Amino acid sequence: MESFTLTQQLLQFMVTGLTIGSIYAMVAIGFNIIYNVTEVLNLAQGEFVMLGGLIMVSLHVALGLPLVAAFAATVATVTVVGMLLDRLAIRPVRQPTVMSLIIATVAASMIFKGLAMLIWGKNPYDLPAFSGREPILLGGLVIQSQYLWVIGFMVLVTVLLALFFNRTILGKAMRACSDNGAAARLVGINTQQMVLLAFAVSAAIGAVAGITLTPIALMDYDRGAMLAIKGFAAAILGGLGSFPGAILGGIILGLIESYGAGLLLSGYKDAYALIVLLLVLFLRPSGILGGMAAARSKRV
Amino acid sequence: MAQARAGETLLETTDLVMAFGGLTALMDIHLQVRKGTIKAIIGPNGAGKTTLFNIITGHLAPTEGEVRFKDRVISGCKPHQIAALGISRTFQTVELFSNMTVLENIMTGRHLRIGTAFWRCGLGLPGMRRQERRVAQEAMELLAFIGLADKSHHMAGSLPLGEQKLLEIGRALATDPALVCLDEPAAGLNETESETAARLIAAIKERGITVLLVEHDMKVIMNISDEIMVLNYGARIADGVPTEIQNDPRVIEAYLGDGSGL
Amino acid sequence: MLRIHKPPMAVGAVAIAVLPLIMGRVPALEHYPLLMVFAGIYCLLTIGLSLLMGYAGQISLGHAAFYGIGAYTSGVLTVHFGLNPWLCILAGALLAALVALAIGTPALKLQGHYLAMATLAFGIIVNIVFREEVRWTGGPDGLIGIPMLSLFGFHFDAIVKYYYLVWAVVAGAFVFSANLLQSPVGRALRAIHTSEAAAGAMGIPIARYKVTVFVIAAVMAALGGSLYAHFMNFINPGTFDLFFSIQLILMIALGGMHSIWGAMVGAILIAFLSFEWLHHFGEWEIVVYGLVLLVVTIFFPKGLAGLPKMVTERIRR
Ligand SMILES: Nc1ncnc2c1ncn2[C@@H]1O[C@H](COP(=O)(O)OP(=O)(O)OP(=O)(O)O)[C@@H](O)[C@H]1O
Ligand SMILES: [Mg+2]
Repeated sequence: MESFTLTQQLLQFMVTGLTIGSIYAMVAIGFNIIYNVTEVLNLAQGEFVMLGGLIMVSLHVALGLPLVAAFAATVATVTVVGMLLDRLAIRPVRQPTVMSLIIATVAASMIFKGLAMLIWGKNPYDLPAFSGREPILLGGLVIQSQYLWVIGFMVLVTVLLALFFNRTILGKAMRACSDNGAAARLVGINTQQMVLLAFAVSAAIGAVAGITLTPIALMDYDRGAMLAIKGFAAAILGGLGSFPGAILGGIILGLIESYGAGLLLSGYKDAYALIVLLLVLFLRPSGILGGMAAARSKRV
Repeated sequence: MAQARAGETLLETTDLVMAFGGLTALMDIHLQVRKGTIKAIIGPNGAGKTTLFNIITGHLAPTEGEVRFKDRVISGCKPHQIAALGISRTFQTVELFSNMTVLENIMTGRHLRIGTAFWRCGLGLPGMRRQERRVAQEAMELLAFIGLADKSHHMAGSLPLGEQKLLEIGRALATDPALVCLDEPAAGLNETESETAARLIAAIKERGITVLLVEHDMKVIMNISDEIMVLNYGARIADGVPTEIQNDPRVIEAYLGDGSGL
Repeated sequence: MLRIHKPPMAVGAVAIAVLPLIMGRVPALEHYPLLMVFAGIYCLLTIGLSLLMGYAGQISLGHAAFYGIGAYTSGVLTVHFGLNPWLCILAGALLAALVALAIGTPALKLQGHYLAMATLAFGIIVNIVFREEVRWTGGPDGLIGIPMLSLFGFHFDAIVKYYYLVWAVVAGAFVFSANLLQSPVGRALRAIHTSEAAAGAMGIPIARYKVTVFVIAAVMAALGGSLYAHFMNFINPGTFDLFFSIQLILMIALGGMHSIWGAMVGAILIAFLSFEWLHHFGEWEIVVYGLVLLVVTIFFPKGLAGLPKMVTERIRR
């Protein structure tokens, strides 16, 4: 067990990178859903993840609700929080400029973070892994089963979203809003409700990310900001607004971070992702998927 | 007419192509503007007139071809560099500094012609104060020329559209341009307002400033322009003096086909 | 017309000059000069930020980085190399200017969201460097033993002495900014804020102007950081983190970022709020900050500085 070969270690980093990348991908997808409909960059997105993790801990560990029930109740609660965010912080802004809306989401994230600290304190919380802590051995690799849950939920979220946007009336209406808000209004779509829906869906995805992440990385009140930034970096990397881009960006970012921390200085773990973000912003702001991707990508 | 044609070329574009992805907004455009004249560009909506302006003033880089101004290639230069060379413009959708006063808008137009070193401005040297007073005075004279002197301390955003359009022209003139490009100065104006605008444009020419004019109002165009170029779907379909244009079958076709009528 | 009137400036200057004399005599207010030292340092940060965000319209969510660059340049050069503190302050300002130039040139080509994220990322990266380069910065534990300032044998060793030093620098920064704003440069910055297309057409070199204000704001922040380091004699990365960048946004939003007066008022209020009044809220501190920021953003987009106008408009209606 102790004598990992280099290849094994590199593979191990890859598994970790894919897992953490899936979390970033989910955060990035959440960003994009809101961004596409409202052009608001929701910097409170990471707080949904934090709340998802902590509420799950309370319901599942403290109250002893069964896993599935606690999962559902947590997602529902955070969804409501997301809708409140739209109603109480975003929609009321009287002079909605890019700057004022960014600041409003920053303010909201401070409030979420502060309240979380009041409720749960400053200590990190653990959550039992969904299917126990017994690692799976796979050709010399040690994989925690929870990793697979994270990746699995990312895939599930993607599939459900694709179905939602392509197969349901509501999803199509939402896409119409992101393509052309004025035209959508003309054909009778209630854009305000679509915005509310975007916040709800986005919060729900954040909660899923938080619930699946906590058994691996613990959760505390202070984690939201960094998760939001990484998720945003993933969204930018893949081209802001693009869903395939968000997944690709998240996974690339997760891999960079995992390999960077493993092979280079681990203290700079958080910096690698951000340096990549800066490079992409400076050299290719439309994202790695290319020139027109960012402009065309308001579509699944 | 004949003497207008005699003027030397001030601005010239050769083989200009502008493609936005798959859409070719301009195809092989050859435009010539003679010094001291009013040249109009007309054409149906989406013909590429504003795009041509954006290329001339450096807001867009052409896909192919070049723009020459005073025998210098200017395509590829930044807007502020082109402004410094003597081309100024107005915008189809009014782009005033709406939270400044009318006077300050004009004063901003003087930017190129005054001292603007950061450190000198920050230190508030007496020379800077004198300069500010001088600039304000010059701006007032220009406001008198465009007929907005009595509105100098109103906020630009609070003016009616007609006066906003005039103010934008004034701001463009404040840069002391050799060529001023006006993008639909009479759009959205009522009869009297467009007459005022037309008179102003004629007066600009009297000052020796060359005018490049995009306009849909045919009365304005036919009365004041020396030459007219007609664009349709990004292509130049005619170019000549107003009487030639009025009788050009391709022009009539383009306009009637579009339903707007000449 | 943008005018920053002289009489209020004179009143402000006199008030700042006599405040310590009065406060020193009232026992309950004895520690106010100390708070006002921090408030002054914050003012240096917010004046620059108001030029950048309020006037030129360019968002920065990483301004604490420049504050930290000033502080750590002063700290590292004095502690490890024993250089003259005044020289270190200059070095800090210079380094901040260079970093601002290097980051600002590509970053300020970006708009809105992209610029916000670039500056945010930059701020976090710099903070990570402060934490990780333990050999130089002392890492998370911080850097101790930064010398106090003295000039020709005069030691700035009492709070009141430092108070006057800090506020003299603030006065300099304020007058510089006020002059700038009332000059062609100020008009150009406001023009860029409203319409980059029109500003360019007026011959204003947009990129150069944005980067220059960014550099000016960075230098002011670095000066504040150096003054902070030589006052506290100790610095640690927590002072210069993302939360502080957000607090700076709170200051200028609260005071009103469209006015350098507002920026100062916001800085002073938040200094008093965080060092004096917020005890009463205990753990609620972050929530209170968040609520204040949200309420200001929603209901008072022009901050406290815009309040008189809002009130008169209400009454007239
Ligand atoms: N930045 C751009 N990106 C993509 N397409 C553009 C861009 N600018 C203009 N176009 C397209 O180029 C074509 C020409 O537009 P342009 O604005 O130049 O027309 P115009 O002649 O000024 O029309 P109008 O009379 O309506 O002002 C249009 O089809 C327009 O949609
Ligand atoms: Mg046009």
